[in-house]
Amino acid sequence: MNTDTVAGTGQKQREVSAVQAQAVTVTGRERIRPESADVTGGPDRPAAEAVPLAPRARLLPALATVYRAQLSRARVARIPLLFVATFQSVGIMVLMRGVVDGGDEARAVVAGSSVLVVAFVALNLLAQYFGQLRAGRGLDYYATLPVPPAAVVLGAAGAYASFTAPGTVVTAVAGSVLFQLPLAHLWILAAVIPLAGAALAGFGAALGLLAPRQELATLLGQLGMSAALLLGVLPAGHLPAPLAWCRDLLPSTYGVEALAHTFRPHTDWGLVTADLAVCAVVAVVSLAIATRAYRRAAVR
Amino acid sequence: MCTVRDLVKTYPATRARRGAPAAPAVRANDGISLDIRHGEIFGLLGPNGAGKSTLVRQLTGLMRPDAGAIDLLGHDLVRHPGRAARLIGYLGQESTALDELTVSLAAETTGRLRGLDARTARAERDGVLDELGLADIAGRPLKKLSGGQRRLACFAAALVGPRPVLVLDEPTTGMDPVARRAVWAAVDRRRKRDGTTVVLVTHNVIEAETVLDRVAVLERGRVIACDTPAGLKKLVAHEVRLELLWREGPPLHVPEVAALSESAQCSGRRWVLRLDPDLARSAVAALTGGPAFEALDDFTLTTPSLEDVYLALGGRTQGLVKA
Repeated sequence: MNTDTVAGTGQKQREVSAVQAQAVTVTGRERIRPESADVTGGPDRPAAEAVPLAPRARLLPALATVYRAQLSRARVARIPLLFVATFQSVGIMVLMRGVVDGGDEARAVVAGSSVLVVAFVALNLLAQYFGQLRAGRGLDYYATLPVPPAAVVLGAAGAYASFTAPGTVVTAVAGSVLFQLPLAHLWILAAVIPLAGAALAGFGAALGLLAPRQELATLLGQLGMSAALLLGVLPAGHLPAPLAWCRDLLPSTYGVEALAHTFRPHTDWGLVTADLAVCAVVAVVSLAIATRAYRRAAVR
Repeated sequence: MCTVRDLVKTYPATRARRGAPAAPAVRANDGISLDIRHGEIFGLLGPNGAGKSTLVRQLTGLMRPDAGAIDLLGHDLVRHPGRAARLIGYLGQESTALDELTVSLAAETTGRLRGLDARTARAERDGVLDELGLADIAGRPLKKLSGGQRRLACFAAALVGPRPVLVLDEPTTGMDPVARRAVWAAVDRRRKRDGTTVVLVTHNVIEAETVLDRVAVLERGRVIACDTPAGLKKLVAHEVRLELLWREGPPLHVPEVAALSESAQCSGRRWVLRLDPDLARSAVAALTGGPAFEALDDFTLTTPSLEDVYLALGGRTQGLVKA
């Protein structure tokens, strides 16, 4: 075979196609500007010449759509993990039953175990999910749709916070019965789950999206959950000072405290409100960070 | 309608980590210029690592080019990458985000996130699932489907919500012929009905020859040719392709075989030769009539394909699929 001849023809062909590239044809409904051949990132084009853009998805409908899609994933993938989260917390309470008689310690164990379910799902599993989505190029799906970043992060965080509700309620009720604590104020879970859930989910999403590697996202999620377990379940009075400071830095602590206060005979609602307010502030900040992290991770 | 000028994208070098060796910087797109016309099916053909996906990621706003310009339907996508999502329906290679959703919910969710209202999204979802023959498995999660079915479901999701441009990154990977036909019929319908322009990434030469209007051949981050498949094939029209498969090894003691061995590309027991038609005819006659026939397991004589064009233009061997 005479390769020289072929290569020569190829060269010729390349020249031919370069000429074709300049000759922009006008076809169909749209007009093509002849000067479009020398586009060099100049100023914005007049709107009249550009094809109109399809609408963006609005924040709330998009958020609801992501939330719904994420919730439906629970049916396929999340239910076994919810059982694990609940059994783990109930197991810890049964274990502590032999050590703790009542009073502040019992309140801390039940509140800590209940919020641990939230930490397991919202922090640990969400960090893993976003880490996996980022590593597997799953974020491309959302990034190539005209959907606000906040809708993706808030929808997923909201769905994961919702997954935690049944497990948290079961743990709180089982713990209250086990340690003979009053059930009267358990309605506070209706505030604790969404607020602590949002704070921890924001934290988890940010970890998952910021971690440079998937394994690191998983590790950070696990560490966050372990911290919530150790620092949440053990009564604060018994911790050495540095651990007590760590405990104060952990967003789940304020959910635990809020729930623990309501088990007292005379609940100080001011303290409960203050703890929940901290959760709310942390939620806003961490979700904002997660949204920024999503933007950064989606387009490189 | 879509012009790409001098697009450059370099992936930075990475340091060695445990389990991953250091990698030098890679210039994945090295000055790519293209013109895609309204309503055509435009193909990007090349082996893995040629820079196809990098180009597509810049077209779809997933990646910023280091230099160069992209103008799509009058919008500067380098300056406003966010607009790509409002012009392009994109089918990527991964389905991670949709894997745990049902086929039906995946399609509906995509429609809603493209800004459709609930009713329109459901109507479009039903239409697309019927069109692609997915209605029977609409309630099953993507994760539980076979590779080809999952790919078809992702394709369905990509079609929900009208877009003037579709960018499809190897859409038919793993699909059976029925599913492939469904994909090309759906693409053709949109082209005829809405004037949809399609950018298709493929390394399958047979598919490229049958469905594409024009094709850009990519090699190491550069466009080495751009024309209609027929126009490209004219480059090698003076040749035919002879493929020989030997039973054990080639009988090099036969003079005809020894003569052919000089111009053959060998990969194991398989020889590929591009020959002048007269030469090929006499070679086949000599091989099938003489002692070499005993050693021959199979042979084919075909007109050249885009793979031959690719090789003739200086492309590396392998990497393109004929199926």
